[in-house]
Amino acid sequence: MASWCDRCGGALADGDHTRCTAARALEPPRFCPDCRRRMKVQVLPSGWSASCAVHGRTGPDQPRSATGR
Amino acid sequence: MRDVLDHAHDRVLDHGTGLDEAGVLAVLRLPDDRLPAALQLAHEVRMRWCGPEVEVEGIVSLKTGGCPEDCHFCSQSGLFSSPVRSVWLDIPSLVAAAEQTAATGATEFCIVAAVRGPDDKLMAQLREGVAAIREAVDIQVAASLGMLTQAQVDELVAIGVHRYNHNLETARSYFPQVVTTHTWQERWDTLSMVRASGMEVCCGGILGLGESPAQRAEFACQLAALDPHEVPLNFLNPRPGTPLGDRAPVPARDALRAIAAYRLALPRTILRYAGGREITLGDLGTRDGLLGGVNAVIVGNYLTTLGRPAADDLALLDELQLPVKALSATL
Repeated sequence: MASWCDRCGGALADGDHTRCTAARALEPPRFCPDCRRRMKVQVLPSGWSASCAVHGRTGPDQPRSATGR
Repeated sequence: MRDVLDHAHDRVLDHGTGLDEAGVLAVLRLPDDRLPAALQLAHEVRMRWCGPEVEVEGIVSLKTGGCPEDCHFCSQSGLFSSPVRSVWLDIPSLVAAAEQTAATGATEFCIVAAVRGPDDKLMAQLREGVAAIREAVDIQVAASLGMLTQAQVDELVAIGVHRYNHNLETARSYFPQVVTTHTWQERWDTLSMVRASGMEVCCGGILGLGESPAQRAEFACQLAALDPHEVPLNFLNPRPGTPLGDRAPVPARDALRAIAAYRLALPRTILRYAGGREITLGDLGTRDGLLGGVNAVIVGNYLTTLGRPAADDLALLDELQLPVKALSATL
């Protein structure tokens, strides 16, 4: 269960993230939802990928890797 | 009583001469009930002086974030508390991005780096990347790497970069409010070198940075004086953590007025929809702009934000019976 907003990095339990959710339709995530670390994000013409130093790589159609790679 | 659109009909549509600054400002100040007529005239100008084709382009960031400059709209500046981290794209991924872009029917693929100007590492990466793309994909390669030296301009020509993007961003009079780490003149100097080299010049900017209508008109005429091959028209997409992060997007009607005005200032130039159109104009406004002077689009995603799916834009062009420019027409 994610604890952090992947757009603003704030705690999901605190405050309203409705605007973040709406904005994410046109933005990739920037913060790891598990640990709120800023992720390395590469936007490509038809997709994106994001990588947390601890929790690994994810993309729009890609589950987070258990190996962190 | 004749207004600026009657004047523009004679000057721009009939003779292909762009409006002057006062004329552009008059278009930007047209009341809402004249906006459809302005867009219609801009469309007629585009069809007459550019033709019906739409140039399709994809862009990708080769080096993201960590930029030493302080362009106040940009999430890639290392001087702001933006969440965008520095990342480099590897060559196989760059080639794959070019292939994805070509698959949409695009004829242009622009490689972009968030830098003041390229260093040796970036030039080497670009050299290798362009060679790999030219080996694998039939597409024109453009680049956007910030301010250049003459030697770098010469190298870009030598490796086959056919168009160089360097935006002046906003009116000369407003630029110091937006960027303090370099000057408008420095950007102009790079553009002058690019033009002299024979590369096509791509130069536009961003509307909605806080500039006045008069400064929008000033900027349109400064672009006209440069006479670029292409003008990408961005609308501010306020980015978290940047100095302009809390600004409201440009109202859709003002954006459409600007599209019409810039077409009437630049009747023969490729006028491209670039970043921010999704939040500023939405689907309906995108259509209005394509029938109001715009004759090129960036399809797919941008550098740090996402765009409409390329298929949606291509379907819209098909519906509007605006043909996509073929690669053979660009060579």
